[in-house]
Amino acid sequence: MKKIFAAASIGGHWKQLLRIAQPLEERYEVVYASTHPKCAEMIENSRSSHSTGGGNFYLIPDFSRKDAWRLVPAFFRLLRVLWKEHPDAVLTTGAAPGLICLFAAWILHYKTIWVDSTANAVHLSASGRIARRFASRVYTQWPDLAQHGVCYAGSVWSIMNKQ
Amino acid sequence: MIFVITGTQLPFDRLIRILDDIAPLLDEEIVAQVNGSGYLPHHINTIDLLPPDEFDRLFRQARLIVAHAGIGTILSALQYQKPIIIFPRIAAQGEHRNEHQLATAAKMSEAGWVYVAHDKEELKALLLKPELHPLCTIGPTASESLIQSITDFIEE
Repeated sequence: MKKIFAAASIGGHWKQLLRIAQPLEERYEVVYASTHPKCAEMIENSRSSHSTGGGNFYLIPDFSRKDAWRLVPAFFRLLRVLWKEHPDAVLTTGAAPGLICLFAAWILHYKTIWVDSTANAVHLSASGRIARRFASRVYTQWPDLAQHGVCYAGSVWSIMNKQ
Repeated sequence: MIFVITGTQLPFDRLIRILDDIAPLLDEEIVAQVNGSGYLPHHINTIDLLPPDEFDRLFRQARLIVAHAGIGTILSALQYQKPIIIFPRIAAQGEHRNEHQLATAAKMSEAGWVYVAHDKEELKALLLKPELHPLCTIGPTASESLIQSITDFIEE
């Protein structure tokens, strides 16, 4: 069974990631990573992974523009984790920690997939524009933003009925 | 009960002030999740960051959600079939880093998924309506076409 490594920051990014990654569990082994321990509670059958391995959730350091230096330890942690997990593809919905994860995966020559957040309705997010330079596949969730190698194939919103 | 959600990253005093002004006109409890908000309202209850289970309980109890344009909140509202009014943050007023909330709100309003209010008058008009229905419902996962496309790409 192929293995997918799925990573995103806590909050809206994480919720969007779960809506994509959980259906993928029907076909693949999915290992998750996020920036807060409580994200693990939202995964079914969660088992935290530490250096020992064998689990399906990794905690990764959070950072933003204000404390951008923290991307350095985050990057090296992700390199180690990805090297150990050896996934067939790495998937992220952002934000900055997701981008660093995808970059580490690119260095290790894994297949990389960026799904830009729904919040970016007018242009791709700043992180998405960087991901476009190296990721194997970049998705937008808005059809009119699909150009220059950016794909649209639907969104995390599966509209069931409209009133 | 009206549950107000302003997110975990930045305060949103403008929304809290406006709701505080409107609250006496409504015969309904308002509970607001705030984050380091400097303004102390008189007519609505504010709660700082909530543990996820308590947040969930309030969310499910609520008749109506009023929120900034946070994707996580909008996803939850549509999934749990709660009507939601989006009140976007304006970066020009120091409420966010860029204007993406205005754009998100405009797109979602255009798609007919959510109610949107930009100022006190618009919000008051929506809150005084006797009944607001959820504008649409979403399933628990992403659209099948997106899952299929990602699966095809993984198999390539």
